[in-house]
Amino acid sequence: MAEVIPTKEMPPGLQVENVDDRIMTLNVGPQHPGSGHMRIIVKIDGDYIVDADPDPGYVHRGEEKMAEARNYITNIPHLERPVIHDSCNILYPYVLGVEDLVGIEVPERAKYVRVIAAELNRCIYIQYWLAIYGIFLGHSTMFMWPAGDRELFIDLMEKISGARVTHAYFVPGGVRNDVPANFEDVCLRQVNYFEKRIKEYGDIFYDNPILKARTEDTGVLSREDAIRLGTTGSVLRASGVDYDVRVKEPYDVYDELDVHTNVLKAGDSYARSKVPWLDMLESCNIIRQALEKMPKSGSIRTKLKPNPKGGLDEVYRRVESGRGAAGCYIVSKEKPEPYRLKLSVGSFRNLIALPYLLKGEKLGNMPAVYWSLNYWPVEADR
Amino acid sequence: MSVIAPKFRLGYFLKGIFDNAFWILTIVTLAGIPLIQIVLFYMDLPVIDGELLTAFLAFTWLFNPTMQIPLIKSLLYSDLFRIAAFPGFGFAALIAAATIFVERKMLAKLQLRVGPFYCGKIEGLLQLAGDGLKLISKEIIIPAKADKPLFWAAPVLFVGTAAAFVALIPVAPGGWVVADLDVGLLAVFAVIGFFPIITILSAWSANSKFPFIGGIRALHQMVSFEIPLILSLLGVVILTGTLNLSEIVESQSNFPWIIFMPIGAIVFFTAMLAELERIPFDLPEAESEIVAGWLTEFSGMMYGLVQLGSYLKLYAFAALFVIIFLGGWTGPMFWPPLDTELIMEGTPIPNFKGDPVLTVHAPGLPLFDKDPNEWVLQEQGELQYTSGQLLINGVIWFVLKTVAVIFFILLPRGVFPRIRIDMLLHIGWYKLIGLAFVNIFIALGLVYAGVLGPGGIM
Repeated sequence: MAEVIPTKEMPPGLQVENVDDRIMTLNVGPQHPGSGHMRIIVKIDGDYIVDADPDPGYVHRGEEKMAEARNYITNIPHLERPVIHDSCNILYPYVLGVEDLVGIEVPERAKYVRVIAAELNRCIYIQYWLAIYGIFLGHSTMFMWPAGDRELFIDLMEKISGARVTHAYFVPGGVRNDVPANFEDVCLRQVNYFEKRIKEYGDIFYDNPILKARTEDTGVLSREDAIRLGTTGSVLRASGVDYDVRVKEPYDVYDELDVHTNVLKAGDSYARSKVPWLDMLESCNIIRQALEKMPKSGSIRTKLKPNPKGGLDEVYRRVESGRGAAGCYIVSKEKPEPYRLKLSVGSFRNLIALPYLLKGEKLGNMPAVYWSLNYWPVEADR
Repeated sequence: MSVIAPKFRLGYFLKGIFDNAFWILTIVTLAGIPLIQIVLFYMDLPVIDGELLTAFLAFTWLFNPTMQIPLIKSLLYSDLFRIAAFPGFGFAALIAAATIFVERKMLAKLQLRVGPFYCGKIEGLLQLAGDGLKLISKEIIIPAKADKPLFWAAPVLFVGTAAAFVALIPVAPGGWVVADLDVGLLAVFAVIGFFPIITILSAWSANSKFPFIGGIRALHQMVSFEIPLILSLLGVVILTGTLNLSEIVESQSNFPWIIFMPIGAIVFFTAMLAELERIPFDLPEAESEIVAGWLTEFSGMMYGLVQLGSYLKLYAFAALFVIIFLGGWTGPMFWPPLDTELIMEGTPIPNFKGDPVLTVHAPGLPLFDKDPNEWVLQEQGELQYTSGQLLINGVIWFVLKTVAVIFFILLPRGVFPRIRIDMLLHIGWYKLIGLAFVNIFIALGLVYAGVLGPGGIM
């Protein structure tokens, strides 16, 4: 340890960090192709990472504070902005919470439409995530294929809601508008083709010997650590914990559908990247079941009053989003707008595990471990 | 605020014309004409009808049909042409440009895209020219604390070394190589040894963290893969007993060496991918870990020069693989043997008045035969060919084989992810070196068993 002598008198509150000459500090991000909208301060000794400090907050929007100035309907478009690729799922807990708060019944058909839209959005998000995971490992084909295949479901969502990514489709009391006339046929056909396509990813990506050699046994998160650090979603399931909000606390019509939870035991980077892929296959199954059981006609929306006043004082609902459990806590205080709204998102909870996983890894493993945590910087900052 | 097109003013228009004319005239007189004169001075100028022609009359000759072919022929046989155009830099740069085009389109097809499409109307043929123009027009930014002379020198040295590598590659029979050395293979190893030095120099001189890590990675990778690269070629040297690349090619007139030493070919191909920093061995440029590795701080045409150098290197390595394992330019003749009389006497071509002004001996051939009056007929089997025919046939075979090898170098990019530095070094030191020694023992066994000997004839 070389003693660092400050040349000038330090301002109060600041400290001088003593740095070992062997240690090099790298700022990975926010202007780095392997970071996203965040920074990881990585300290490396040769090729080994001795310390990693994730530094999120570059895309903080103040969604929670913004929600306090808008009523329950006008909150919808901005609350889905944190994850525009998964906009239905990030809006889902808010919509469920407001319905509980106001006490309105949702039509049966709307519940099924919501489940289908949520699963389509989950696939769109995971495809985007998978594309970035592919290019982080230098696999350019795995970048292009998912990025192209997600267009199928984006087009489908555009037919339903009119927008390609930010749908603003869910509203308290149902969905904004009905699905188009031949939706069942088109959706079934596209889901079948999509399933055929994503099964091909196994051949080129998941069974690739170089990929397996590179990502297996890297960034291993044990079952105990996964629970202790509070991770969620695919990270938790890859560490051998059988937990899925869709199964454990079913919302809307998930209790009528047969949802299988994909659990892998390894807890390494490879398992964490494989669970979302298996989730996509499971989503296709869920969409097919929902299309079969969906009432062919009926109301899709119970109208909310213009300025609904909450009946309950506070409510907390959560759903399984593409990145894990996403929760929404609303305190209403009998006002037309929320007194306080808190989003609990999977990204931030998974990010907590990053410094523990990166310590002792090689620098080459950093992108593989970092992106396998199913972390979306914008969502974590909210 | 809307953007309004500037009003037409005659003064500005005339000023623009005069400005352009001034610069064109200045550049042509100061750079263009001297350049042409230099080219002409370095040519062996032909003597036609006993008249000694000087370079100052060059523009006069070019409009005289009887003097055009001797003039072009003397250009073809000048050293300058060899270095700048045919077996040297221009030929390699052309293949490198084609490689970039094929790489883009092939990867696009693999990844369900269309690739470059608009630039150049036909399948994005001119995309590369557009990229080059963009790189030239960009500002060159140098880090404030960089070691400027070294940082400037690195791209130029890189291209220069790659061009030196290209200069050692024989392309066609009859000495079509820039530098025909008796120790050609040794010279190739020497040139390959320069690349890690240039890489680490540029990485260190940038005085930046990511280039430094990339440079260290490149140094590790190139140094540890040079050993299996050199060892894998020793088998062929043992069997042929020569280091001259042209002689190595001629020893394969009956069969290519890949038949006897596939292990050496595999080792050489793998080590070649690592030397070229292609996926799956592109660790020095791993973008998600270290931005662009040792290329991070290069901007504008400095980056373009490094890319040019790396594609020249790609061509040179592929050509080396072809020369050593696939038989170089040897291959069946495309041309039917021509009538000797037709070759000797040629076909006179009249001008519009009916006077024969030009004698064409065979399609395109007189250009490639050194002296049109003394036809050199070479025997290949039972048939006779002119050296021009052999040249064209050799180049066609050479290019076909090289393009095939380049294709296999490009292919892993669409299929494999990047590997890690410890896995890479493990492959280099433990597996490839062992396999290279197995290859050497196979070669020694073949020699001592008497199957093959120096000279490469069974």
